[in-house]
Amino acid sequence: MGFEFHTSSLKAAVNWARKFSLFQYPFVTACCGMEFMSVAAPKYDIARFGAEFPRFSPRQADLLIIVGTITERQGPALRRIYEQMCEPKWVVAFGVCASTGGFYQNYSTMPGADQVVPVDVYIPGCPPRPEQVLDGLILLQERIQRGEGHSQIAIEAEKGYDVPLVAIRPLGSAPSKEKP
Amino acid sequence: MAQIVLDRLAARFTGDEILESGSAHGDEWARIRRDAWIPVAMFLRDDPSTKMEMFIDLTCVDRFGQEPRFDVVLHIYSVSLKHRVRLYCGAPEDDAWVDTLVSVWAGTNWFEREAYDLYGVRFKGHPDLRRILMYPEFVGHPLRKDYPKEKRQPLVRRQAGAPD
Repeated sequence: MGFEFHTSSLKAAVNWARKFSLFQYPFVTACCGMEFMSVAAPKYDIARFGAEFPRFSPRQADLLIIVGTITERQGPALRRIYEQMCEPKWVVAFGVCASTGGFYQNYSTMPGADQVVPVDVYIPGCPPRPEQVLDGLILLQERIQRGEGHSQIAIEAEKGYDVPLVAIRPLGSAPSKEKP
Repeated sequence: MAQIVLDRLAARFTGDEILESGSAHGDEWARIRRDAWIPVAMFLRDDPSTKMEMFIDLTCVDRFGQEPRFDVVLHIYSVSLKHRVRLYCGAPEDDAWVDTLVSVWAGTNWFEREAYDLYGVRFKGHPDLRRILMYPEFVGHPLRKDYPKEKRQPLVRRQAGAPD
């Protein structure tokens, strides 16, 4: 049928569209939020990369940006937010605290958000400069284009494809009952 | 600055309720016997020459290896007379409790919960003595000197090999 050939080229097109239409959910817990605002504001302007819309519901987002220190107590909430997001989804750890726990090495701080959710890109810095964040975003876009995001790989392993079924449905055929 | 407070305390409580008192770096302090904790606080709040209307802070010190092991530290201030004082109340390790001051200054409520949460000192008579910062599942009191410095008690962790 040539099915394989069509999906692989379609996959590249879909991933290209995905990487320039990231809907972010900023999980802001600490001072890195200031730097996040700077990235989002006109001077650095994350909108240039197609990621300008912060959605304040995880159900409308596909990019979780963890901005700031995560405590052990926040772990269940963070995990739940991640689980509520649409698939495929990506996670960026913004700053050393979200990446590793930073200089907090104690009873209350989680040593990196990746203890609870899979992180695709780690951005170091305390806080990172906006240029670093944009660099991290570009790294994430490259990762999305290659289909190497954690959730992309997981979906592909589970279902055998990473592109929504509606996108590979031939014109005029009935929509699939299967959840994409 | 607030010698008047210590003088009034010494004049009013003559039965050894004030264990120690002193003055350092411009601040006055007094160590109160545990059974006089509430009467002293009431007196300082209501006496016209001290008028400690405002509760500033309540915390705890773990003097590990000394007796009594815990010191509850209270900072109070007089808004009308502009003076402040620091009060200590000791609590031994095997019987770590202090009377609650919620009936004297309502603001001490959450501070006592914090001291209980992090040091394990119980406040007798407190209306709602639950943990305030750590989660209910947490075991132990993390600011005690004998709590392992980096011991963590995670609520959730990713499972190795699980699809994310």
